[in-house]
Amino acid sequence: MIHPSHFAAVVIFAVFASTVFGITMRDTPSRMVRYGIYCFTLFVGSAIVLSWVMFFIAR
Amino acid sequence: MATTPNKAAVATKPAAAKASQQGFVYLPLIAGWLVPGAGHFLLRKWIRGALLAASIFAMFVLGLAMQGKLYTGAQDILDLLGVVGDLGSGLLYVIGRTIGLGAEPVKTTVADYGTKFIVVAGLLNVIAAVDAHNLRTGRKSS
Repeated sequence: MIHPSHFAAVVIFAVFASTVFGITMRDTPSRMVRYGIYCFTLFVGSAIVLSWVMFFIAR
Repeated sequence: MATTPNKAAVATKPAAAKASQQGFVYLPLIAGWLVPGAGHFLLRKWIRGALLAASIFAMFVLGLAMQGKLYTGAQDILDLLGVVGDLGSGLLYVIGRTIGLGAEPVKTTVADYGTKFIVVAGLLNVIAAVDAHNLRTGRKSS
């Protein structure tokens, strides 16, 4: 059994979801890679931003 | 001077389109749903199929390793949605249910993440299977 941290779980999720999104949503390999990186950045970036928002709301 | 279109190329295009419609066009869709990546393997998209299979399989296994649960019945609407998401994994879900994986109730936050990993693995597999179908029918060019 594994117990990743919350951030590690976000990163793992983002890696695999971005891979599938990149391959299925674009036609050429270079565009697939770019879109995958874009999705990964949005997944992880939005998680970080929302975490800080919730941190300040909770204070 | 006006150029005439290449007659051979013009004649080849409909033939290629016709050839892509021959056979059972839903085979990549069904194969891709049952076994992650299999739809792309059937279309000889080896690298894409391998990446899709690895991603979906890894998400499913990591979800189980986080003590996520496999939805078994539809007591309410959210459970029903969970069953639908899990069923997207095809044979992975059937095998998991058969050997009793993911039967423990969710007790920790990480286990809840694991449950979501399993559901999302199923949903991603459906997207991958539809992509294979689009490649087969020619709706997606390459």
